[in-house]
Amino acid sequence: MSNTEQFSAIDYSAFPNAEGHFGPYGGRFVSETLIYALDELESIYFKLKDDPGFQAEFDKDMAHYVGRPSPLYLAERWTRELGGAQIYLKREDLNHTGAHKVNNTIGQALLAKFTGKSRVIAETGAGQHGVATATVAARLGLKCRVYMGAEDVKRQALNVYRMKLLGAEVFPVTSGSRTLKDAMNEAMRDWATNVDDTFYIIGTVAGPHPYPQLVRDFQSIIGREARRQCLEQAGRLPDALVACVGGGSNAIGLFHPFLTDESVKMYGVEAGGLGIETGKHAAPLNKGIPGVLHGNRTYLMEDENGQIIETHSVSAGLDYPGVGPEHSWLKDIGRVNYVAINDDEALAAFRKVTKTEGIMPALESSHALAYVEKLAPTMSKDQIIIANLSGRGDKDILTVAGLDGITV
Amino acid sequence: MSRISQHLSQAKTAGKKILVAYVVNGDPYPQATLPTLHAMVEQGVDVIELGVPFSDPMAEGPVIQKGHERALEHHISLRGTLELVKQFRTTNNTTPVVLMGYANPVERFGYAEFAKAAADAGVDGLLTVDLPPEEVVVLKGELDANGLDNIFLLAPTTTLERAQKIAAYASGFLYYVSLKGVTGAGHLDVNAVKEKLAGFGQLTDLPVCVGFGIKDPETAKAVAVLADGVVVGSVLVEKMGSMADKSATDIAAAVGDIVGSIRVAIDSI
Repeated sequence: MSNTEQFSAIDYSAFPNAEGHFGPYGGRFVSETLIYALDELESIYFKLKDDPGFQAEFDKDMAHYVGRPSPLYLAERWTRELGGAQIYLKREDLNHTGAHKVNNTIGQALLAKFTGKSRVIAETGAGQHGVATATVAARLGLKCRVYMGAEDVKRQALNVYRMKLLGAEVFPVTSGSRTLKDAMNEAMRDWATNVDDTFYIIGTVAGPHPYPQLVRDFQSIIGREARRQCLEQAGRLPDALVACVGGGSNAIGLFHPFLTDESVKMYGVEAGGLGIETGKHAAPLNKGIPGVLHGNRTYLMEDENGQIIETHSVSAGLDYPGVGPEHSWLKDIGRVNYVAINDDEALAAFRKVTKTEGIMPALESSHALAYVEKLAPTMSKDQIIIANLSGRGDKDILTVAGLDGITV
Repeated sequence: MSRISQHLSQAKTAGKKILVAYVVNGDPYPQATLPTLHAMVEQGVDVIELGVPFSDPMAEGPVIQKGHERALEHHISLRGTLELVKQFRTTNNTTPVVLMGYANPVERFGYAEFAKAAADAGVDGLLTVDLPPEEVVVLKGELDANGLDNIFLLAPTTTLERAQKIAAYASGFLYYVSLKGVTGAGHLDVNAVKEKLAGFGQLTDLPVCVGFGIKDPETAKAVAVLADGVVVGSVLVEKMGSMADKSATDIAAAVGDIVGSIRVAIDSI
């Protein structure tokens, strides 16, 4: 059986199964206190996900609050420079709040509204998911607390202030490595304590079931639009999809509606940091092994004793030792190719696309664009790549300036 | 009969409440643990619950998190913890030892390899905080094959129906989490515990011990009245953390004193 036949035979909608497993990955690895909350979330989500009223409200918010559909833009000048495949950018950077994160927070906030819970919590790394959560909480009048590693609070002062302006409380987490993974631990602890009135808005396709599924479903609007737009604009399906993978929500969102399209190759781009060989990276699918963290089994970066190790990436949004369980499964079955791009390559792509197309991508998205730089020249001019421009780079200007030795 | 069941049924016959005490292996430094375990036994502990340090202890409050961090500074591992139990067993072959920790170090060790090594080291049971019954099936098979008890948590949010399922999986004893929250939290409500335990008590013959938020002899006594026993942890870990610059003998004595005072309180029921 060829891979092609294998992929067409898979019913991707049957994953996860009823227990939340994608093959050996996913599941529900949490302490007993949270099982009830996850059962409740699951039953509400399964009741509402195909409910026309819920869908209509989600679609309305996507159109009028987020500004969807986001454009699929042919980057002509960049395409000409690279001299290979035509490059289309899915412009998630043009969403309200500046990234794909809001697709998911709108969806989960609607769930929170239907559950009647008055308080939402979230974890955040760079602050994009925190801002997107604070935004929807402001709009729905929900109390909001965002957990953020104390290191990240220092590095991302602008987003911290943004969240505060939106009325959220930002709680700096000083345990462990004081970054995103520790913020997620702390949010889980809060949830266990305040489970009666609190809805936990997880920002990526990781965590215990049903989060990987429901976040994927909300983010799949990206791929559904891109598929339709590509057919309309180019008259055919793309040949390749490229997206960055931290937890992996923008990538799953783009990939999922194309999984049964045999001819579409997919590339998930992890953060290679200073180089995979240096150990200073955030690329569990490239260099990790399966384990259990944050409620799911997935590829992780850990030491020989099973302790989670610290990661490195120039991009805070990719600086996470795990990855969504569906990606682990898609890697194992060979449907998606997972590659890595180093800090310097991502920064070069950031500058290149900014100067060539007048679009300043987030450093996370710049990892995907850096891979496009490698991939496009190997393809013919009649082929098509869609890259997910998952967020805008305004938030990264100070980081880039700092690397240039400039104080803004 | 496992060492846990044997020991706990003896306690029951004698009409005594069960005292389970938790410390983190290697906290605040590796040499402190062994004398502390012996001191706890001298002061009347029934079951030692030995924490296996993990980088991401999701269910722990700040006190025990810091205990894990202190132990990890000394690179204490699951393997090292089995070594410690082996050492403990050279002079104590009666007090049950349960390892309490998180799934990933056990996954990394390998389920079958771990179960065998743990049994060989003299471990009696395992409580894996993030392995609910749904995810424990494979590991449980290995634990059963090696005569190790599988200890499970019950929570205030656990329905009776689910508690029944958990009780069917469990052996040794059941650990009731007294409150919605993390270890060492300060909002234990004795009446709420009473109500919930009354329901669970009907479901199982296993002893039910109550933990999370038991800070002093008074609370221990109030809770022990309602259950088969109590679990204390944060109060011991806090003491050990505050004595990081003291000798192992001093730490063991101080922890033993706390355990002793709780023993006296629950024996006065």
